[in-house]
Amino acid sequence: MLKTKGKFLEVRWHARAGQGAKSAAQILAEAALDHGKYAQAFPEYGAERSGAPMRAFNKIGEEFIRSHSPVLTPDVVVVLDDTLIGSAPVSNGTDEESVLIVNTTRSPEWIREKTGFRGKICTLRATDIALEEIGRGMPNTVMLGALIKVTGAIPLEAVENRIKSTLGKKLPEKVVEGNLKALRRGYEEVCCVG
Amino acid sequence: MIAEKTRLAITGAEAVAHAMRQINPDVVAAYPITPQTPIVENFAKFVADGIVDTEMIPVESEHSAMSAVVGAAAAGARAMTATSANGLALMHEIVYIAASTRLPIVMPVVNRALSGPINIHCDHSDTMAERDSGWIQLFAENAQEAYDLTIIALKLAEHESVLLPVMVNQDGFIISHGVEPVEILPDDVVRNFIGEKKPRYSLLDVENPVTYGPLDLYDYYFEHKRQQVEAMENVFEVFPKVVEEFAEISGRKYNFIEPYRLEDAEHVMVALGSTNGTIKDVVDELRAEGKKVGLLKIWMYRPFPKAEIQRELYGRKTVVVLDRSMSFGAEAPLYAEVKSALYEAPAKPLMGSFIYGLGGREILPEHIRSAFEMAVAGELVVDDQKYLGLRE
Repeated sequence: MLKTKGKFLEVRWHARAGQGAKSAAQILAEAALDHGKYAQAFPEYGAERSGAPMRAFNKIGEEFIRSHSPVLTPDVVVVLDDTLIGSAPVSNGTDEESVLIVNTTRSPEWIREKTGFRGKICTLRATDIALEEIGRGMPNTVMLGALIKVTGAIPLEAVENRIKSTLGKKLPEKVVEGNLKALRRGYEEVCCVG
Repeated sequence: MIAEKTRLAITGAEAVAHAMRQINPDVVAAYPITPQTPIVENFAKFVADGIVDTEMIPVESEHSAMSAVVGAAAAGARAMTATSANGLALMHEIVYIAASTRLPIVMPVVNRALSGPINIHCDHSDTMAERDSGWIQLFAENAQEAYDLTIIALKLAEHESVLLPVMVNQDGFIISHGVEPVEILPDDVVRNFIGEKKPRYSLLDVENPVTYGPLDLYDYYFEHKRQQVEAMENVFEVFPKVVEEFAEISGRKYNFIEPYRLEDAEHVMVALGSTNGTIKDVVDELRAEGKKVGLLKIWMYRPFPKAEIQRELYGRKTVVVLDRSMSFGAEAPLYAEVKSALYEAPAKPLMGSFIYGLGGREILPEHIRSAFEMAVAGELVVDDQKYLGLRE
């Protein structure tokens, strides 16, 4: 498991509203709880409009998490949309120990140059994977798979089971299957440097 | 016996919707759009799915929501609503009527700032505007407490020597929209705990006609107000019994206040709501550095548990009070009342008032630490209102 700065693993998600970052953070918290860990998931609310930059957060730990302070020094930053690179402050509160995971077809060098991020940079073509597996460019489950691989916070199976039960309630089986494949491909195809 | 539990990762709003599902009220009247909370959104799904028997009344305003709930409760129904921020402010007139009519209504409130300027985020100014309305006010630290206190509130409200409405407060977004682990009790355990409602003075009981809300001028109004004081006093007798019974079914213990690491604490912080969790972590850090600090969390704000607060705060060197609302031109609400409670203290502690988190401004561990450090250094000034996380 990834070494964390504090008592818990802290994650900050950057996305555009409608890309499913809030749902991904919630599924991660539910899966962590199913796996016997403690977790929080909380989105940041502002003016809600599709496509606007938004953030969501996770804390995951071995003990009950009492603190309700915001995530300021994330161990992992997940970016669901690379058009946010250079505009959203994705490097805020990070250092050499932090990890940045970006949905992009561009190179890690480009991301490092644009963001000044000093830690490990991981990339994957999450939108392409989502289009291939789900038929929609919804990158959230792909990025969740990548996050699980990079952090080792909980087993991938815990997330798979949660996706089956949560998405299974409201989406057709084919879409659930697509999301499970997308999750696994995110887990397998994420590449890290630095 | 402690019942078997279901543990879910849900928001504070969903947790309270589950409590309402288990309470299965006869009537829920609510304004269905902003500033309504996901509590009502989630509960409406239970109604639509036929999971509860509730008569759901979507009304055209919060003023009407509380009016409909007052009517239903007077008729003998178990009636609930939920609201937030300006919605609560719009209810204000009827909030007083619910209390003075002695109707045991339970209302979850998601605490958010009052406009203006327009703001949708957390602070306590909405509920503080109702502190003299005659409602019992409970404050939850997290989603679990929001769930538990909603169930506790119902039993407390309906107790025959109380018969007062209860607001169950949870911090807007931080708790209402944050996903946390929550243990849900089995439905039948909650049903047995709250029991059947047996209204003593139902409007529908035509054999024993009663009048609600009559004209009550200088002849009896004053006496009726005095009775509200009495009902509030009775809460001090009834609440400990209700929370003891709740501990038997849940294993979770509640009280008027929660002392945290107070045994030998010289410097004590007092606060309401979700920030208490963050303060506990800071207390642990400062304790590890050898500083004798502690926390006094307030679960019940109305009636104000003065005796318990005196018992915990007498003999401390300093008392730091955190308020998430202000009283412009006067001391902040919680500070003023804690200070008043310490008027008769044999040795008065040094006190400090800190305003934080208005309109959702973040409250960080370092802010809490800085307030504690001022206390430890003896730098508090009793009449100097300070601000945490404010740009000046």
